[in-house]
Parts: sequence; structure tokens; C-alpha cells
Amino acid sequence: MAAVRFLLAKDLRILRRSPALSLLLILYPAALAVLIGLALSRGPGLPRVAFLNEIPPSQSVITLGTTRIDTTRYERQLFQAIDPVRVSSRAQAIADVRDGSTIAALIIPPDLPHLLASADQSAYVQVIYNGDAINQSLVETAIESKLAQANALLAVQLENVAGSYIDLLLSGGRLNFLGLAFNVLGLRDSATILNGVLSGLPRGSPLRAKLSPVAAFAKIAVDNLGSAKAVIGAVGAPIVVHQQTINGRRTPLDFYAVSIAVTVSLMFVCLLLASGTLALEREENTLERLRRGLVSPTALLGEKALLASVCAVFVGFAMLVGIGIFVPLDWGRVVLWLLALAGGALAFATLGVALGGIVRDVRAASLLALLVSFPLVFLALVPAGSVAVGLYDAIRVVSAVFPFKAALEAVDAAVNRSSPSLLAALGHLALLVLAFGTLARVGLRR
Amino acid sequence: MLTPTLQARSLSKRFGDRVALRDVSFLLESGEILAVIGPNGAGKTTLLSLLAGAAKPTAGEVIAPPGERIGWVPQQTALYSKLSVLENLRLFARLERVADPDLAVAAMLEQTGLRERAGEQLGRLSGGNRQRVNIAIGLIAQPAVALLDEPSASLDPRQRERLWRFIAARAQAGTGIVFTTHDIAEAERYAARVLVLADGELLFSGSPADLRSHGSGDIESAFVSFLRERGH
Repeated sequence: MAAVRFLLAKDLRILRRSPALSLLLILYPAALAVLIGLALSRGPGLPRVAFLNEIPPSQSVITLGTTRIDTTRYERQLFQAIDPVRVSSRAQAIADVRDGSTIAALIIPPDLPHLLASADQSAYVQVIYNGDAINQSLVETAIESKLAQANALLAVQLENVAGSYIDLLLSGGRLNFLGLAFNVLGLRDSATILNGVLSGLPRGSPLRAKLSPVAAFAKIAVDNLGSAKAVIGAVGAPIVVHQQTINGRRTPLDFYAVSIAVTVSLMFVCLLLASGTLALEREENTLERLRRGLVSPTALLGEKALLASVCAVFVGFAMLVGIGIFVPLDWGRVVLWLLALAGGALAFATLGVALGGIVRDVRAASLLALLVSFPLVFLALVPAGSVAVGLYDAIRVVSAVFPFKAALEAVDAAVNRSSPSLLAALGHLALLVLAFGTLARVGLRR
Repeated sequence: MLTPTLQARSLSKRFGDRVALRDVSFLLESGEILAVIGPNGAGKTTLLSLLAGAAKPTAGEVIAPPGERIGWVPQQTALYSKLSVLENLRLFARLERVADPDLAVAAMLEQTGLRERAGEQLGRLSGGNRQRVNIAIGLIAQPAVALLDEPSASLDPRQRERLWRFIAARAQAGTGIVFTTHDIAEAERYAARVLVLADGELLFSGSPADLRSHGSGDIESAFVSFLRERGH
């Protein structure tokens, strides 16, 4: 143990004398924490879009049956997705897009109310892009999602109009048309009147034979038209989503981002430090001196892993504290945070010493650590169903034999109470520590 | 009377298909200075690594009296360049479990003439001074045997003279010394016995005078003649 203590003190002294690395270790988590915190607390900015509404103000309200629809309401709906820059003409809208002051232009044509009211053609809005694929995608996504919401609202309005007509047909009432008011009898009353007339007619009356089919039709119409409203409602929103979460609590995406950021930092600090400090022993030719019985291989590897883990836990915890300033985290779970950070850090550090044991210098160790870590992150974040089943199974296996996924699950469970449980994730990490520890010992014998 | 401090018994080392050392045996007496010479790739560094315990032999064994330390000065400096001279010495004194590390460090700084530069980082020292620290670390635990792999390679003549004075003093105190060198004259000057290695085989073990008898000129010519005679 004394040898480990001496080596730890030595490595800390070397770290302190490597200002660029130390600064990176301090600044990296701090900057990442602030960026993530700001991103999560403020939300994304809206794209600047030139906006031209060509509908004359006097025509902004359309009437469908007895229902009046204010089209400016849908304009407001769109404005939730964009930062509108009002322009006075199409030419100005196009010029704004061309010179880059807006990333797109949205034009509401003057005949939109007419097309909506006529219902025989689709109403449309025009969007002009500047040809930048990323910007186009951004605006497309924003506008299309809001248009879908506007369409859904409009569908409800149209459903209401159609419903009121069906009610009028079924039950009768007053109908206003072109400023004139009419009384409509309604199918139910018509059927009642017809049945009354039929019951008063002699059994052999030829009129009974003529009226009976009309009464039967009225009955069928009353019975079926009643369900027509429900059918229209279903057409307006043919599929609605009823959400159910299984397999425990799931983390909202923004809080999951916190877990990812902390785990990625944990991984980088551990892999770079553990592999780097061990590779440094080879690079300085001191490894052979140490291996001559001054330090056992297990103690040497343990010392490097411990140093990297302690630094990484400090970094991870500092990040959580930093992010916690912006995002409400459950501070009552701090002990669990530390447990998850320690488990993840030890597993990453053991992988780090396994990598450091097979290279001859610090640069190669750093490069190898980066080469290994980036694919691990991407693989661990591939969602189920996004790739072929066989490929996903292979990804799951690869993710299971490297610590990133398990560490992410541990941190997410500790910070966000997600599943699988912290205990399961820590058990997984413990197995990986054993496996990579064994590999590191083999690598050190080289 | 001199007593054996280190024995190499039928040492062999293979690296894959390549035989680096083949069946090498010798005995080192306490206080003896033994030079290992040979052409490049002869197996000199491999032999010292095996004696130091830094590598394991494929066959054979190294026998040292129990409890005795073996000091090792590798050919390439094995030091932490971000630490100072003092910190390097103190670290290895502690790792070697020296009874009084501070006293041992102070003595070593004095003997190697590095006291003035004790606070300087290794990375900022010249190659010669780094080598002096390298040697100091190898000998800081007062080992019974000191193994020095080309110890004078990067030293200037003055430093070299100081080094050999230091090594001679150690030998007089009873430390068995094994060193490798490409400088045959240096081997003749300081060693009591010479081992000649070529292609991993031990070809000669005897005094420098015996080796000189293999040629008519100086010892370097005799050494080359000897190797030629033996087909190397």
C-alpha cells in the first residue's frame, strides 16, 4: 500500500506540472456543464423567417355554415415555431432570404380564406428556402409540425360545422343562409309526422303503400346519421396516441442528456488519464524499474485506475453540481450519484489501463482511448428499432462488453431514477472491472 | 576472500524464433567488477535485464543471496522527466524501502555531484546529467550487486572519470559490479574480468590481459581478432 501511495503522490505531482492537461480537466467539465445547463434551461432559439400575410384584413375571418373561423389564429400557431420578420411584399421576402437575414420566407396567399371556405381545393401556404440543406430541414420541421397542429385545429372546426349540419338534419332548427333564416323540420320530426299520417290511413290505402318506404327511409336515416358525427370526429383525428411506459420509469430527453454528458466526461477523463499515466511509465522507461519487485502489477494498475477514477468522479460530480444550477436535480440522491460515478469511473479506468498496457507512449494511448471511446458512445446511443434486428443485437453485445452503456445506465438511474436499477448497472460494471483488470495484467507483461 | 554474490546458471532467452541469449553461465564475486562486451545485438542488454529481474529467462536461473538487493541502471534513462532530481531519488528510495530515504538521497546527491541541481526537473537536464541521476537511482539502495548497462555512454570525459571513481569505491565497499560497454579500452581499464558475448553466446570469460593475448595490438584489435577467430 505504501508503494501505491508513493506512486499516487508522484502521479499527482506530474499532473500538477502538466498545466495544459490539468486546465483541460478542470475547464472541460465546467464548460460542458454550463453549455448543457444553458441548453436545457433556455431551449432552442426559433429560426428567423420572413413572413408575408397577403390576406386582406377584412377577409381574415371566413364563415363555414354558422361557424366563423379567424385565420389569424393559425398565424399565431405558426409563430410559435418561428421568429417572424414581417415584410410587406414577396420581393422583400425573397430578398431577405437571399441575403441571409432570414433563413426562409413564409407567405400566406390572399386566396387562403376562399380556398378554406370553398373546401373543394386544398388551401396552401408558400415557403421559400435559401437552399441551405440544414436550414431548410430546420424550418421545414418547425413549420410542418405547426401546420399539422393548425390543420388539426381546423379539422375540429370543420367537424363542428359538419356536426351542426347533421344535428340540423336530424333534429331540425333554424338555418341562416345568405342573411335569411329558415326553419328546418328535421328527420326525427319528419319520421314522427309520417308515422302519424300512416297510422291514420286505411289499411288498403294506396297512399300507405307510397308513404311506407319514405317512413322506413326516415327511420334508417335517423338511426345512421346519429353515428355520422362520431365518424367525422374519427376522420378529423383518425389515430390518437395513448402513451404507456413499461419497464420502469423513463427519463425525459433533456434529463437523459445530463446523464450522457456526465458519462461522456467520466469516460474521457478516465480513459485518457488511466491509459496515459500507464503509458507514461513505458515512455519514461520506468515501468521496468517498477516491475522489478518495487510494485506488484496489480498495485501498479490499481494505482493508475484509482488516480483516474478519483479525478473523473470529481469531474463528474462538478459537472452535476454545475448542471444542477440550471436544471432541477434531486440533491437527495447525491450519495447515489457518487456511487454511480465511482462505479462507472472504475470500469472506464480499468479499460484505460488495459489500453495503456498495450501501447508504448502517451500519444498512442490518447489516440487509442479516443478511437475506442467514440464508437462506444455512438453504439450505446443507437435506439432499438432504428437498425435491423440482427445488427441491433450485435450492437447490444458490443455495448455490454464495454463500460459506456452500463455507466450511462448507472448515472441515469442515480440521477433520474431510470431503469435498469443502479444496483444492476453497478453489478455489470463490476464484471467489466474484473474482465478489463485481467486484460490489463496480461498487457502489462508485454 | 571474495564471496559469490550473483550466479547466472544456463541463462537463455528467446524472443519468438530469435535466440537472444543461449546458455550463459558465470559467477560474480562480491566487490568484483565485471565487464560484458560484444558487438551490437550480442545479448548484453538482455543478459543484464535477466540478471536484474526486469525480464524472465526462457531457461536457466539467476541466483542471488536471499535478501540482497540488486541495483539496475538500464541503458535508457528510466526517470520521470516532470519530477526534479531530488523527487526522483526520493521516490525510488522509498519504493526500494531504504531505511532512511532522505539520508540516502543526500548521500547520492553528494556522490554524483548533483546537489546543486537537486531541485531541477529531469526534463531540463542534459543527457549526461540525466544519466548521472539514472545511475544514482540504480545504486541508491546500496545494493550487493550493481548492474550498469552502458553507464558511461552519454557522459563527457570528466563525468566518466567521476563515474568510475564512484563505481570503484562501491566495489571496494563490497558491491559486485557488472557493466556493459562498447568501449573495450574502458573495460580493460576498470574491469577485473571480461565476458565476451556474440550472437547470444558467451565466447570468453577472463581477464582483459587474457583477451589482449588474442591479438598483437591494443585490446580493441585483440577483441576484433578474437571475434573473427570465433567466426563472428
